[in-house]
Amino acid sequence: MAEIWQGFLRALNLIITLNPEVMEITGLSLAISLSACLISAIISTPLGALIHFNSFWGKRFLVSLIQTFFSLPTVLVGLVVFLFFSRAGPLGGFGLMFSPAIMVIGQTILVTPLMIGLVISALSGLDHGIRETALALGANPLQMGWLLLREVRYGVMTGVVLGFGRAISEVGLALMVGGNIRGYTRTLTTAISLGTNMGDIEFSLALGIILLAIALVINLLLNRLQQR
Amino acid sequence: MSLIEAKALGLTKARRPVLQDINLAVMSGEVLALIGPTGSGKTSLLRLLGLLDYPTAGEVTIDGHHTLGRRERLQLRQGMAFVQQKPIAFRMSVADNVSLGLRFRHLKYHPEESHSLLALVGLAGYERRDARTLSGGETQRLALARALITKPSILFLDEPTANLDPVSSEKVEEVLAHIAQQGNLTILLATHDMVQGQRLAGRIAVMMNGRLLQVGRPQEIFAAPQSHEVAEFVGVGNIWSGVVAAQQEGLMDIRIGSRIIQAVGNFSVGQAVDAFLRPEEISLSTHRDESSMRNVFRGVVRRLTWLGALTRVEVDCGFTALVLVTRRSAEELSLQEGQELYANFKASSIHVNSRAL
Repeated sequence: MAEIWQGFLRALNLIITLNPEVMEITGLSLAISLSACLISAIISTPLGALIHFNSFWGKRFLVSLIQTFFSLPTVLVGLVVFLFFSRAGPLGGFGLMFSPAIMVIGQTILVTPLMIGLVISALSGLDHGIRETALALGANPLQMGWLLLREVRYGVMTGVVLGFGRAISEVGLALMVGGNIRGYTRTLTTAISLGTNMGDIEFSLALGIILLAIALVINLLLNRLQQR
Repeated sequence: MSLIEAKALGLTKARRPVLQDINLAVMSGEVLALIGPTGSGKTSLLRLLGLLDYPTAGEVTIDGHHTLGRRERLQLRQGMAFVQQKPIAFRMSVADNVSLGLRFRHLKYHPEESHSLLALVGLAGYERRDARTLSGGETQRLALARALITKPSILFLDEPTANLDPVSSEKVEEVLAHIAQQGNLTILLATHDMVQGQRLAGRIAVMMNGRLLQVGRPQEIFAAPQSHEVAEFVGVGNIWSGVVAAQQEGLMDIRIGSRIIQAVGNFSVGQAVDAFLRPEEISLSTHRDESSMRNVFRGVVRRLTWLGALTRVEVDCGFTALVLVTRRSAEELSLQEGQELYANFKASSIHVNSRAL
């Protein structure tokens, strides 16, 4: 027990003294996951709106499929990305394997279904009259889309925050396609995994505390958004 | 030329006809009320005329323009305003809500204009409030200001007071009457409230079961309903079905049950007819009057209902006559149930329609 306590204190020390390696890993993790969420939000918002506002054959099935992908196993996404981007894969020519870029791509794939799903459900929750009112006020299709997304902005933001939470805490994908290269693709989760294996408990604990703090911030943000 | 024209308009939803063969022309500057019971198709028609929905048959033209192309529709819609039965306030301030239509049209927003409109609808000083905190009545008035700021040439109003308390309702009607009086705006109003239609509109279109039954000035519709349904809906009061027993020089004897009433008209003998008479056209007396009235019937008061300043009297004269008298007349006649008296009415006050047997 004393050992754990000691480890905890040393971990706090690493954080308070802004240990360069801890800060670097944290910065990289935040940068990768935030980029993935931003890209995903840019893709998911119009795509979710497109799916919601159009009636087409198989729409219900598509929405169910998207919802199924909410719990897509990260290692599965890792495998698919690996198959496509490894040297022998169809997109191998880009030479993106084991780079932060491929981790952003992987995380984007991971969180996009969640964000699309949340955009769809936010739009479904909108009063039908809102669309009608916009139409009656003379809105063109673009203005209508803008107005409706403005109405569901908190729902969309909730999606972004949840997506970020999923992206920053995943480990399988980051390990498989990022390769856990020190100073390049090592993130909070892969570093914890490696540190624990190597017996560097203080270091892993320090990163764990930071991850938990990020989770706390995410939750506070979510609560604020849901109260709107 | 009429501003809005509906030609053989039809609408079918889920294989059920909602509107059938609607022909209507609305002139510029006119206030027209579509009235009819709930489910008669008023809102559906208003939405077709307001270019919010597409008809499944026929066409709407606005100022002579065809309205089937998407681009034309948007352009024409930007020249009108439509206030829904349950208007929505967007998640923004009252002032931003009001200016929305201007932004959609890329027009300049002048805050003073929105101030004066908000003052007109009784929402002065509400500019910065979150529009979603407004009450139902306030939202309705906000919607009216939001519609008017774009200076539309046509204003569509779907049941503007249906969900409001009497005070809010009165306020909205006051604003509408004020706008209507200025005369530069064409207003189409759907309402199930006969009295409101009569108060606000220059012409009334009566709808029932997806059809337009009669269009005319309010007094025409009240005095000369073209069918049994219209008469019933507008509250003509006395609708008697009978057969023409004799006709000479424009005066008919109509047999109603065992009684004969006299009415003006040229239907031939044997024709089945409906005779309509408004309750206030019948006078009551305790003695047989020596007047020019062609119809004088002895009857018994079956029921008395006190309605504030007026009293509704049901008199059994062999057929039931509904009579409205002032409270004072009722007192002078010392009306009571079971009392015998005379019901008198002119042959010229009765409106007669033919009826299929």
